Amino acid sequence: MKRKDLLGLHGVSREEITEILDAALTMRQVLRSGNKKTAHLQGKSIVTLFYENSTRTRMSFELASKYMSAAAANIAASASSVSKGETLIDTGVTLDQMGTDVIIIRHPMSGAPALLARHVRASVINAGDGMNEHPTQALLDMLTMREHLGALTGIKVAICGDVMHSRVARSNIYGLTAMGASVVLCAPPTLIPVHIERLGCTVAPTIEDACEGADVVMGLRIQRERQQKGLFPSVAEYCDNWEITPQRVALAKKDALVMHPGPMNRGVEIASSVADSAQSVIAQQVESGVAVRMALLYMLTRKEVQA
Amino acid sequence: MNLLIRGGRVIDPCSGVDAVLDVLVQDGKVARIGERLDAEGVTVLHAAGKVVAPGFIDMHCHLRDPGQEYKEDLISGTRAAARGGFTAVCCMPNTHPVNDNAAVTRYIIEKAQTQGSGVHVYPVGAVSKGREGREMAEIGRMKQAGIVAVSDDGRPVTHANLLRLAMQYADHFGVFIMSHSEDVDLVGDGVMHEGFISTQLGLPGITRAAEEVMIARDILVAEAEGKRIHLCHVSTRGGVQLVREAKARGVRVTAETAPHYIAATDEWVLGYDSNCRVNPPLREEADRQACIAGLMDGTLDAIATDHAPHHQDEKRVEFHLAKSGISGFETAFCVSHTALVRAGHMTLGGLIEKMSTAPARLLGVPGGTLSVGAPADIVVLDPDREVTVDASRFISRGHNTPFDGKTYFGAVCATIVGGRIIDQA
Repeated sequence: MKRKDLLGLHGVSREEITEILDAALTMRQVLRSGNKKTAHLQGKSIVTLFYENSTRTRMSFELASKYMSAAAANIAASASSVSKGETLIDTGVTLDQMGTDVIIIRHPMSGAPALLARHVRASVINAGDGMNEHPTQALLDMLTMREHLGALTGIKVAICGDVMHSRVARSNIYGLTAMGASVVLCAPPTLIPVHIERLGCTVAPTIEDACEGADVVMGLRIQRERQQKGLFPSVAEYCDNWEITPQRVALAKKDALVMHPGPMNRGVEIASSVADSAQSVIAQQVESGVAVRMALLYMLTRKEVQA
Repeated sequence: MNLLIRGGRVIDPCSGVDAVLDVLVQDGKVARIGERLDAEGVTVLHAAGKVVAPGFIDMHCHLRDPGQEYKEDLISGTRAAARGGFTAVCCMPNTHPVNDNAAVTRYIIEKAQTQGSGVHVYPVGAVSKGREGREMAEIGRMKQAGIVAVSDDGRPVTHANLLRLAMQYADHFGVFIMSHSEDVDLVGDGVMHEGFISTQLGLPGITRAAEEVMIARDILVAEAEGKRIHLCHVSTRGGVQLVREAKARGVRVTAETAPHYIAATDEWVLGYDSNCRVNPPLREEADRQACIAGLMDGTLDAIATDHAPHHQDEKRVEFHLAKSGISGFETAFCVSHTALVRAGHMTLGGLIEKMSTAPARLLGVPGGTLSVGAPADIVVLDPDREVTVDASRFISRGHNTPFDGKTYFGAVCATIVGGRIIDQA
């Protein structure tokens, strides 16, 4: 891997994504073995720098680091410290001086990982920035899809929910289209960003259209505050029109996958009966997440050794 | 002090002069313009191959003094203005305290006169006390102290009735309103222009409607009242069209745009460069073209810098947290000249009209012409010289510019106020 950082999947090639997913397959074997310990990151120092609450993603990175024998530390910076505390650049320089090899950052503002990466020697992995990107989530989604569907080329992925505020949606659009999949979005018009189709996806008029013949139906979290901000009138009306229900999933291909990055709002963007169905791979996405993050950490730090 | 500016191409849009001539300055005024004037006993400024024009007049800048001297003050600001070829500038009232009373107005004028570079400073007073949009400020007293216009710039006058009353009241004192036309509700949490680029970057967007709704309102109120309104920093295609239509039906509306709206677009934000954060935001190519067309057909009367210096600490942060604004004095000419004149949209005389003659006329201040008897407020330009912007060498305390490192055509060689050379590159 030639890059210093992974800030997003925008502009990342099919070959590079394939390389990461292939490496993640190996890592998954490690995870599934009885002895979850390798020496891949021995002598390396990994820090998670999270300016937003997260359990799933932070734990996933932390365990990935520990399974590979890295020294791992976590910084839980509060959201208020973004504007009141030490500047992001100063924090980054400090971590650099402590010998950190990889900084994994989550931040409520788009572009923050790019700012950090420009000012530190350490590799930076974007674990979610504002509404921009969440590349490791898209990678783990693709790893999960590949396991069940084989190749990603030519598959149809329907993404339904709060596309506007979703970094998961953007990373999946970039990654999946690079891999030759087609992406169809569906959401209330107030939650579809302008000109999103120029990223290479399409916007379906109804969720039924989106699900029709899909290989994957992916839900995105609908935060209650979006309703309070006036982006749609009520949860009930949202569900009428956009909830992923068994009837809608039935329009997709037989055995289509049901996915969700979590945490789910059951009964809002996705019905429990769908989330818990045999088609759901939501739990397996979590396992894929650890594998993908192990692969990425290894690839980014190995590059440094060669240099 | 007497000065002879020898052998330059004199361009004065006001009197229609465009010829290689000498300009003799006596007692701070333009005394004679002609061929081979006698140089005996006077200082000679050689201008062969250069352009001699009335000094630029900036209708819209922020000098940050009083209160935010760490960003800029009247000394650094007027020096930077001189470096940019400006002989007069209008500073907006969003200082701390706000310039909403005669005492602050007098402080600005006196400090500029005693400690500034020599550039004339014409303060703009606030429309409302504290720029809070509730009670009208003492426009009459500020006018007496020296303001030339009123504005709550940085914020719109949200309540239409306050705008209406202020228009009526200010007109009595010969003062007009400069409107920062922005619907704050439509801006929401937006930090850049809403379009494909904001979608790609995942940054909250600002719809063009946020500007256009207020431009339309301002025009309609001015039309109903029969009063004057000046629209600041017009940046959208629709905004230009609204002004064009209003002018066609006789509304007393004038408008300015800024160099960055005719030279840069939202694509510059790719990479999250916080120096590209400005309000109104950098728009799309169609808007840039519309602003150029608006300048060409007279819809947009003037180019104003909206010089908004900030400390580097206020820009070396996440895009969301960065302050809005561009330090514009020292790039205004080269950027505008390259985007308008070199690109073939207008003549150099046309640009000088937009940066000097028109602002003088709109503001009702001296300058903007080199006719005999006019104040010797003069800029000497080398339009064809290539300049690479180096923000680290700005005289302004604000080094915040998206033009850093870029190459343009057009250098300011000398700035003369009242016959005195106050800056010479």
